[in-house]
Amino acid sequence: MKVSPAPFLFRGGIHPPDSKTATAALPLKDLPLPARLEVSTSQHLGAPAAPCVAVGDRVTAGQLIAKASGFISANVHAPAAGTIAAIREAPTPTGRTATAIIIETDADAPAGEPPYKPIPDWREQAPRSLLDRVAEAGIVGMGGAGFPTHVKLSPPGDKPIDTLILNGAECEPFLNSDNRLLIERAEQVWEGCQIIRRILGAGTIRVAIEDNKREAAKALAAAMESAPDDAHIHLLKTLYPQGSEKQQIYSVTGRTVPMGGLPMDVGCVVENVATAYAVWDAVVNGRPLTARAITVTGDAVNTPTNWFAPVGTSFADLVAASGGARDNLAKLIAGGPMMGFALPSLEVAMSKTSSGLLLFPRECVRPYRSMACINCGRCVEACPLGLMPNELSQAAEADDIDEAENRHVMDCFECGACAYVCPARRPLVQHMRRAKAVITQRRRAAAQQKKT
Amino acid sequence: MNTEQQNTAAGPELVVGVSPHIHSGASVERIMLDVVIALLPAVAAALYFFGLNAARLIVTCVATCLATEWICRRLMGRNNTLGDFSALVTGLLLALNLPPGLPTWMAIAGGVFAIAVAKQVFGGLGYNPFNPALAARAFLLISFTGPMTTWSASCIDATSTATPLGMVKEAFKAGAPAPFAMDGGLTLDFLLGNMNGCIGETSAIALLIGALYLLYRRVITWHIPVAFIGTVAIYAAILHAVNPAASMPVHFHLLTGGLMLGACFMATDMVTTPTTARGRLIFGVGCGLLTMVLRTVKTGAYPEGVSFAILIMNAFTPLINRATRHRIFGAAEAAKREARK
Amino acid sequence: MITSILVVSGIGLVCGVALALGARYLSVEENPLIGTVTELLLGANCGACGYAGCGGYAQAIVAGEAPPNRCPSCTPEALAQISAALGIAPIEAAAREVALVLCRGDDEQAQKRFVYDGITACAAAAAVGGGDKACRYGCLGYGTCLRACPAGAIEMVNGVARVHPELCISCRKCVAACPRGIIRMVPAASHTHIFCSSRDPGATVRKVCKVGCIGCRICTRLAEGAITMDGTLAVVDYKQPLDNEELPAKCPGKCILKV
Repeated sequence: MKVSPAPFLFRGGIHPPDSKTATAALPLKDLPLPARLEVSTSQHLGAPAAPCVAVGDRVTAGQLIAKASGFISANVHAPAAGTIAAIREAPTPTGRTATAIIIETDADAPAGEPPYKPIPDWREQAPRSLLDRVAEAGIVGMGGAGFPTHVKLSPPGDKPIDTLILNGAECEPFLNSDNRLLIERAEQVWEGCQIIRRILGAGTIRVAIEDNKREAAKALAAAMESAPDDAHIHLLKTLYPQGSEKQQIYSVTGRTVPMGGLPMDVGCVVENVATAYAVWDAVVNGRPLTARAITVTGDAVNTPTNWFAPVGTSFADLVAASGGARDNLAKLIAGGPMMGFALPSLEVAMSKTSSGLLLFPRECVRPYRSMACINCGRCVEACPLGLMPNELSQAAEADDIDEAENRHVMDCFECGACAYVCPARRPLVQHMRRAKAVITQRRRAAAQQKKT
Repeated sequence: MNTEQQNTAAGPELVVGVSPHIHSGASVERIMLDVVIALLPAVAAALYFFGLNAARLIVTCVATCLATEWICRRLMGRNNTLGDFSALVTGLLLALNLPPGLPTWMAIAGGVFAIAVAKQVFGGLGYNPFNPALAARAFLLISFTGPMTTWSASCIDATSTATPLGMVKEAFKAGAPAPFAMDGGLTLDFLLGNMNGCIGETSAIALLIGALYLLYRRVITWHIPVAFIGTVAIYAAILHAVNPAASMPVHFHLLTGGLMLGACFMATDMVTTPTTARGRLIFGVGCGLLTMVLRTVKTGAYPEGVSFAILIMNAFTPLINRATRHRIFGAAEAAKREARK
Repeated sequence: MITSILVVSGIGLVCGVALALGARYLSVEENPLIGTVTELLLGANCGACGYAGCGGYAQAIVAGEAPPNRCPSCTPEALAQISAALGIAPIEAAAREVALVLCRGDDEQAQKRFVYDGITACAAAAAVGGGDKACRYGCLGYGTCLRACPAGAIEMVNGVARVHPELCISCRKCVAACPRGIIRMVPAASHTHIFCSSRDPGATVRKVCKVGCIGCRICTRLAEGAITMDGTLAVVDYKQPLDNEELPAKCPGKCILKV
């Protein structure tokens, strides 16, 4: 087991101030059980889960309350015992709305047995049974997008996986949830990572951690003492977006995922540390994914805290537990400041993918402007994909969506590096997103027409 | 811990927009202000060497540009853009590109042309294909060739009425030897700016100080100045090596005319130059080659070629941008995969 | 001097001959009717008929793809002449229609859920958290219709778009541009309209807007058939005459206005 700098570095990227000091040293705190949980059926990419409980039902902690519907979907479980108070439409942290199951929690309910049988001897079990456990536990990629993990861990036979990358980069400023998880629960994360390797049958494990999180790297290295020689911790140069899958694969292995392709095309699977922890919990303890680490921080919250909180906790409860919001609160962001979603109110519940909640005061909010591009080329230097955000945004602005499509706007994953550096403060990501939405709509319409 | 009623008061006040939610703090205003700051040494040199005439031209051009910008935006029913300081930069650059004795009304005509015709007609900052100050200089040079090439108002060299480049060109055209030798004293004079020329172009040292500031502030990258000046140097070196009698040494070409002002301030105008590093190198090399061709071709009308070189390369900017796009991450791999299928 | 004159004249002569030959041998046969109709259409090229300019519309008319009465600026005489030229029965001019924004929930009347920060365009704003207007059906006020209007007939009044009917050329571009679909074509002769598009129940409308239709049905009784209910939203049926002067005063939602 070795710790060494990552051998490669992708082109582009930016250096935003990391703003992590406020919570970097704060241990994870268990959040007192909220009186109400609003558990969304759409905490993952793909089809929302189908509720399998009715209003008035009593549920136990960890009970399945919504079943995965379709291949790309994920189970949803009750984070605590209680009564189903309502099933209704509710806003999600990503700005959409989806059916949510509202649970009035019962703080006095006995802990009870875990809902699934623990598999402490997973090393002797068939990979298939471990994969089934990941699926039934409703585990999704907890780094951001929420892609169902069991789907990611079942690559087709013609795509052999030789490298599992554990993503501990946490390149988004402000966030410390992965960092704290690594520092405090390194052994569990490491064991989860090994379980994932067993499922994949992948040869080597590469851990990617940004070099501004040495403590996390040290903790993980200690947990990996007995690991085989082929496991390796790579310290990534602190550069946004090192945490992005394709950029990270390049930094660690030097392999380039083909445009429009997936990590498995180059024999890699990338899993976030929080996901590895959830896999450990599901396999070794038999507990489904119903809680996660979340950093509540920003200059407009009184007591920045790293919480370990049940999924479905409303952001209002989280903020109240963190000493409340200050009067100058002007922006509320679910996730990190680069790719997170601004929310219109605190009445939104956290999901499996909520790694952070940021409260920005008025003076930190700099509005966009609709100024003309001055062609400075900073976005071109910043784009980790080699796109030309200046030209793409101008095409989108002129409604020349075809031009944007020809110039690969669909490859943009909205990391925001371009908009971060733009001196004209153009809403570049919004332009990309709009162009992408139009193109997606057109493609869908075209596909529909083909069918009929 | 039921806090449903709490904190909702903040609701309607919240700002919602698309990510990212933090910003580097860079701004167009700051970039323009940095250019103005970087030009201050050159302005000081202009005032020192050309005195009141320099002050007159700078005040006239800046005032004209600001006024024209305000009036144009007003007439077009657009927002007021004086606050982005781009008109200030254009005014300053235009003034520095004018000969000291130019009548005030011609400077005003130049300022109006720069803003109204070369900039606002195209839609304002960001849309202009040519550097406004240079376009105005070209306009003045063609319209008022006499006044634009009369240098007698120089405060230090009243005997000669030509720039060093002009003297050299005339001499070589006539088949005469070089009119002066580039000895140490003359080189120092040229470096400091003690010669005939446009008020802001003579002091190489002041311009280089400004350029270093722009590099330090990351307003410009090294590519264009280095490629531009480097190309001029290599071209001049080759000419001098081939025929020392009918050409001037490298440092003459580097220190005279508008090369420093052009390479550091005019060819680095981001609106009208390429966006990629490779594109900027191509742009710089092109400017350098054109400058030297215009300077040394004996049948040429003008002794100096920097302005026209940059304007011509401005026209090629879209083409260079197109040709030097970055490789898209994974595009080559995707193509390979396609080919295998 | 003489050489120059000769050269220039020579170039002119050669080009002229080339053009003449081109016109003679390369010209495309065109139905002369199209030219006649195009001329009668006044040639304003406003696009109001839905075709790319008067020429395109004339082609469609001659091909029988469109009736000749779609041009809003065509005088009755011109229309008669077109019909005569085509050899069809005189067709009556269609009643002029103008665009109408069915929302008056401006910055003072309607609530906003948050402060929007981004592209100044309605479709883009609607994609961010569902739009800043608390009402899901309200005019977002970011001027997409205004920019789509070729006639400059749309103005932003206090955060809500308003069409000036006298300037409207009936081109429907704003109707297509509005992401909320709240711009409708109405007869220019009608003056009483219901300025609300909300399909939310009355209680919800009340909460978010002071000038919204609450679905009380009072107007349907007063209008005697000229106003019908579409769910909880009252809609004017412009085929019926609507001349009840009391309507605006009687509407509790204050969304019926005579303009």
